[in-house]
Amino acid sequence: MANELTLEEKSKGRESYSYWGLVFKRLRKHSMAMIGFFLLLIIIAVVILGPLIWRVSPTQQPEGMEDILLSPCAAHPFGTDEYGRDILARFLYGGRVSIFIGFMAAISSVFFGTVIGLITGFFGGKIDTVLMRLVDIMLSIPTFPLLIALASVLGKGVWQIILVIFVFGWMGDARLVRSVVLSLKEEEFSEAAKAIGVSPLRIMFVHYLPNVMAPIIVSTTLGIGGAIVYEASISFLGFGVQAPLPSWGNMLQHAQDYIFTHQALVWYPGIAIFLTVLSFNFMGDGLRDAMDPRLYR
Amino acid sequence: MKKILEVQNLVKYFPVLGGVFSRPVGYVKAVDDVSFHIFEGETFGLVGESGSGKTTTGKTLLKLIEPTKGKIIFEGKDISKLSTSEMRSLRKSMQIIFQDPYGSLNPRLPVGEIIREPLLVHKIGTKKEQEERVVEIMKLVGLRPEYLHRYPHEFSGGQRQRIGIARSIVMNPKFIVADEPVSALDASVQAQVLNLLLELQQKLALTYLLVAHNLAVVRHISDRIGVMYLGKLVEVAETKELFSKPLHPYTQALLSAIPIPDPEVKKERILLQGDIPSPINPPSGCRFRTRCRYAKDICAEKEPSLVEVSDGHFVSCHFVKKGPVIEYTIK
Repeated sequence: MANELTLEEKSKGRESYSYWGLVFKRLRKHSMAMIGFFLLLIIIAVVILGPLIWRVSPTQQPEGMEDILLSPCAAHPFGTDEYGRDILARFLYGGRVSIFIGFMAAISSVFFGTVIGLITGFFGGKIDTVLMRLVDIMLSIPTFPLLIALASVLGKGVWQIILVIFVFGWMGDARLVRSVVLSLKEEEFSEAAKAIGVSPLRIMFVHYLPNVMAPIIVSTTLGIGGAIVYEASISFLGFGVQAPLPSWGNMLQHAQDYIFTHQALVWYPGIAIFLTVLSFNFMGDGLRDAMDPRLYR
Repeated sequence: MKKILEVQNLVKYFPVLGGVFSRPVGYVKAVDDVSFHIFEGETFGLVGESGSGKTTTGKTLLKLIEPTKGKIIFEGKDISKLSTSEMRSLRKSMQIIFQDPYGSLNPRLPVGEIIREPLLVHKIGTKKEQEERVVEIMKLVGLRPEYLHRYPHEFSGGQRQRIGIARSIVMNPKFIVADEPVSALDASVQAQVLNLLLELQQKLALTYLLVAHNLAVVRHISDRIGVMYLGKLVEVAETKELFSKPLHPYTQALLSAIPIPDPEVKKERILLQGDIPSPINPPSGCRFRTRCRYAKDICAEKEPSLVEVSDGHFVSCHFVKKGPVIEYTIK
């Protein structure tokens, strides 16, 4: 009797879960994703709020030699670098730059890739052939050599790096979205939409886009992590963010000269990149598990 | 009676691509020279085994599949040459109910949106009127209006099919192609959905083209029935007439396969040999001759045409033309 009552109560109080509601529920049970999520929250909070609290200039070089390569002390909790600049301030600012580049580059390439993927998948035919061959060509270009060439033409700044990562990053997403759209086109609801008289544009953005959101979000999350590593690699090679503006990548680059004498210089940006990328990947994996279509129907 | 739809010599060939340059190396003759008409307010059943072209016929009528040749005259207007955008306004009066209630609803849209979309796309009424209409239609098809914000995955197959039906009737269409509307549902739900279709037909003065392979289903709700075999119509007759006096050997074989729920009754079963031949390379002459027990030489040489043998009863068979040679009755 008690059981029946609770069952009835259950069915009355049953919430209607939208797809995203279900994903969120499942994500909360995914411990790795939650670790990644909270780690990221902390990292982003530190990077955004840090410079507001620790009001030391990341670029100011003191005169004289006595402040160079200091060990951690009260005035400089992380010590100072080879020019005597405060490493904590550089670390916090560098994080802003690195994560900003990661976000912007990943989101812009996913955005562009999605539009291209929707168009090629939906219209097919010549448009599809031309754009997909362009994707093949772009993917066959070795990135780093071209990057070095581009950097010398465009100049080396934050926006240029974002542009470069974007130009070489959208192809995967275009292919991903195209493949999903191709399979959606064969679903009966596409034909139903056509039978109703829905315009192609509305089919693309109202019917297909929500259905490709799941892989897109996973791809964006993993892409941000990838873009941060990419930025670090470019900066490490000296073609990325230029001193005195710090980024985690160019902090690593400068630190390599002191790797045997002042290891801490390597550890701060290195561990920060490691943790940030790791937590983005954890979150991406968690999202992928939570949105797995095989768990539905 | 007024004809709402007339189909004249409808042909649909699908190219079979092959070779290095993807050139057509052959054609699947899915629908080959089919003519029939549907009267206003009736239910026209289209039966046949898998691959006989009945679904293709249904979808071609709505131009979801472009016809290769032939005329489709809807309310006195030939729509076979209309472009996609010209068809758009006609979609208000011609709709379709799909076979698969799982695949035909977009999983990311709530039910209210799915049903409202036709109104939205055709800009019928204000937002408030549209919402009221959705609730009204949901009640009409037997869905609780509280389900408005739920998603398709929260419903059973029968309920989903009701959502699909609601979407097709929300614009008040005149003509609906029901493409195997119940074959994906289990038996108890099939009856409910069929009765819903009948009820809606009475309330809304709908005309149906019912595509099905289940003879019991077709018999239950059709006024007239067309039997298809390998892209051709072989027999058209009123339901009663067809079931009591089937003239084409294929129809006879089909009907003899219906189980009779009485173990005492002994009846002759006509067993068809082999499979349905390939529609890429159909047999010469009469397409059914390879499996027909009455086949003679003439069947391989000459293609029979659909001839009216008695009032409203059309058969395409060389032997039936010369008078009913073949006697077959079903109790």
